[in-house]
Amino acid sequence: MTVSIKKDHKLADAFLSVTEGMQDLTLYSNLKKSAKDILADSGMPTLKNEEYKYTAISKRISDQITHLGTPSSISDLQHEVHARENLFQLEEGYTLVCNNGIFDERLSKIDPQVFQVESLKELKEEKAAQIGAVEKNESDPFTALNSLLFLDGLRIDIPEGKIIEKPLMLVNFVKPDQKGSCIHPRVFIHVGKNAQLTLIEQTIYLGEDPVFVNSVTEWMVGQNAHVRNYKLQNGHKNDLVVSNTRSEIHQDASFTSIVLSLEGGMIRNNLSLDLKASKCEGNMYGLYLLNGKTHVDNHTNVDHTKPHSESNELYKGILADQSRGVFNGKIFVRQDAQKTNAFQQNNNILLSEDATINTKPQLEIWADDVKCSHGCTTGQLDEEALFYLRARGIGKDAAKAFLLHAFAGEVLDQLKDEGFKEYCEKVVHARLGGNY
Amino acid sequence: MLSIKNLHASIEGTPILKGISLEIKPGEVHAIMGPNGSGKSTLASVLAGREEYEVTEGEVYFKGKNLLELSPEDRAREGVFLAFQYPVEIPGVSSTNFLRTAVNQVREYRGQEPLDAVKFLSLMKEKMKLVEIDQKLLSRALNEGFSGGEKKKNEIFQMAVLEPTLAILDETDSGLDIDALKVVANGVNQLKTKENGTIVVTHYQRLLDYIVPDYVHVLFDGRIVKSGSKDLALELEDKGYDWIKEEVSGTTV
Ligand SMILES: Nc1ncnc2c1ncn2[C@@H]1O[C@H](COP(=O)(O)OP(=O)(O)OP(=O)(O)O)[C@@H](O)[C@H]1O
Ligand SMILES: [Mg+2]
Repeated sequence: MTVSIKKDHKLADAFLSVTEGMQDLTLYSNLKKSAKDILADSGMPTLKNEEYKYTAISKRISDQITHLGTPSSISDLQHEVHARENLFQLEEGYTLVCNNGIFDERLSKIDPQVFQVESLKELKEEKAAQIGAVEKNESDPFTALNSLLFLDGLRIDIPEGKIIEKPLMLVNFVKPDQKGSCIHPRVFIHVGKNAQLTLIEQTIYLGEDPVFVNSVTEWMVGQNAHVRNYKLQNGHKNDLVVSNTRSEIHQDASFTSIVLSLEGGMIRNNLSLDLKASKCEGNMYGLYLLNGKTHVDNHTNVDHTKPHSESNELYKGILADQSRGVFNGKIFVRQDAQKTNAFQQNNNILLSEDATINTKPQLEIWADDVKCSHGCTTGQLDEEALFYLRARGIGKDAAKAFLLHAFAGEVLDQLKDEGFKEYCEKVVHARLGGNY
Repeated sequence: MLSIKNLHASIEGTPILKGISLEIKPGEVHAIMGPNGSGKSTLASVLAGREEYEVTEGEVYFKGKNLLELSPEDRAREGVFLAFQYPVEIPGVSSTNFLRTAVNQVREYRGQEPLDAVKFLSLMKEKMKLVEIDQKLLSRALNEGFSGGEKKKNEIFQMAVLEPTLAILDETDSGLDIDALKVVANGVNQLKTKENGTIVVTHYQRLLDYIVPDYVHVLFDGRIVKSGSKDLALELEDKGYDWIKEEVSGTTV
C-alpha cells in the first residue's frame, strides 16, 4: 500500500542524508542499519501517529531547524563551564560533562575507583552489543533517529554492591553551529547488583539559537539495586527536546524518576519502566511549569510482568499563557503479574483560559489480583483557599504563590538530594513568584 | 467603628441579604443568631470581602473607610478578622510560614518593621499559651487533617496573633467540647479591649455565658428582625425561632 504522508518522509529522508560522509562506527553498524531501515520505512511521526497526536515535534523540527547535522564540539567549553558552575556544580559528588553529546573527560570530575565511565566508541564488543538492547530502535522513531546519528556516547558501569552516596551529575552542554543544530546524546548505564546511584541530568544551552536535542538513555538496573534519576529541563523557548529513557528493572530493585520541565520550546519525554521481575518498584514523578507557548508532552509507560511489583506515578502541571501540556500514562499488568500495586495520578492547574492539557491514563490489566488506581484532575486555583489566605492579610499574588508552591511541593519533596533539591526549589520559587 | 447601612447582597443572582443595618461601637460585643440559612455566614463573608457575593445596595464603613472598596487582604490589614465557620484545609502550606507572611504583610501595610524569625517565634509562643494550642499542630500543614475543634482553635490562635480591631466569629463554638469552649472564650475575652469590636455568630446561648454580648440580633431571611439585650438569647434558647417567624410574618402581611 502506498499511503504517502509526504512531509514526515521528507524529514526522515533529510535526516538519512545526514549520514552521508559521516564516519563509520563499525561497532554499531547493525544498530545503525536497523535504524536506517526503520526511518526509511516509516518516517518521522506526524499528528496522524496516535502516539504523537498532540505533539507536532517533527513539524517543529522541519520548520525551525535549518541544519539537521550535528555541530562540532564547542571549542572553549572550559571557559563556559567555569562561567556556569553555579548552575550545576554540586558541593559534593561527581560530574560528567558532555560537549554537544560527546563525553569530555577533562572537564569531568570522576573517580575510576568508584565507577567506570567509557565512551561508546571505545567499548569492548560485548559491552557495545548491549547498546540498543534495552531501548530498541522499534520502540520509537526518535530512538531510531538517535541510533542512526549518534557519533559517540557514554557508558557508565556501577560495580556490584557499590553504594554511591553522593550524586552523579551528567551535564550536557549544547551549542549549535554552522555544521548543525541536532544533537543525539546516547547514554547507557548499568547498575550492578546491590548497587545504589543517584543520577542528576541537565542540559545547559549556550545561547538561544534553535536546537534539537534527541537523547536516548538506557538503564539496566540489577537485582536489589536502587536508582534515583532526576532530570531538570530548564532550557529556552527555541529548544526542541525529545528524551527517550527506558529502564529495565530486576528483582528487588527500584528505580525512581523525577522529571522537572520548567522551560523549553517543545519537549517530549518518553519514559518506560520495564519491571522485569518480582518485588521490584518503579516510581515516576513529574512537574511541569509552563508559560508562553511552551509545549511539554510526557508519555510514560510501566510494564508489570511478574508478581508482587509496585509502581507509583505522580505528574503535576501548572500551565499559564498559551502553554500546552500532554500526559499519557500507560500501565501494563501482564497475566503473570499477580499482586501488583500500581498507582497513577495526574493533576493540573490551568492559570489561563488559553492553556490546554490533554491527559489520558491507559491501563491494560490481564492479571486478576491487582490493586490499580488512577486519577486526573484539571482545574483552577482553589478559590476557597485563596480567600482564606487573603482574609488573613496576605496579598493576592503571594497567596497564589503559596498555593502553587504547595501544589508543586508534592513533587519537589520527592527529591532526596538536599543540595539539588534546594537548587530546584529556588528555581521553582523564582518562577512561581511570591516574596515569602 | 463599623457602620452597616441597608446592606443587600446576592450570590449568583439570588438575593441573600435584604437590607441589614448595624452599628458597632468600640468595645462592644454583638451576637448574631438566627436559623440555618438566614444569611449569617453571608454577612460575615461580605464583610471579609468574599468576591462571589455581589453587594447590590447599601454601604459599610469601617473606621471611616468604605470597606466595600477594599480587597480582602486590605480589609484584614485594616483590622478585620473573620474566624471561618468552616476553616479551609490547605495541604502543603506550612502553618508557621503562612502566619508569618500574614503578620508581616499586615505590618508592612501599617508601616511597621517586619518581625524577624526570633521575634515571630516568641509572639507565636505567647499566643499559643493563650489559646492552649499544641505546638505539634502548628508544625503541620495549615488545617490539614485537623479535627473540627482544632480548626476552630487555630482560628482563634490566628486571631490572637493578628490582633484585629474587628473580630467576626462565625460559629466558632460549634464542634467545641466544653473545655475547648472555655479556652476559646477566654482567649477572645483577653483580646478584647476598649477599642475592639466583636461580632459573635452562634446558635447557642452557652457561648454567650462566657462571651457576654452587649446586643443580640436575630437574623431571619436576610434581615435583622429583632434586636435586644443578652436576655434575648436566653429567650431564643427557651422558645426557639418560631415565635419570631410568626412575629415577622404577622407584621409583613
Ligand atoms: N452559591 C449559592 N447559590 C445560591 N444560594 C446560596 C449560595 N450560597 C449560599 N446560598 C444560600 O444562602 C443562604 C444563606 O446562607 P448562609 O451560609 O449565610 O446561612 P447561615 O445563616 O450562616 O446558616 P447556618 O446557620 O447553617 O450556618 C442559604 O439559604 C444558602 O443556601
Ligand atoms: Mg453559617
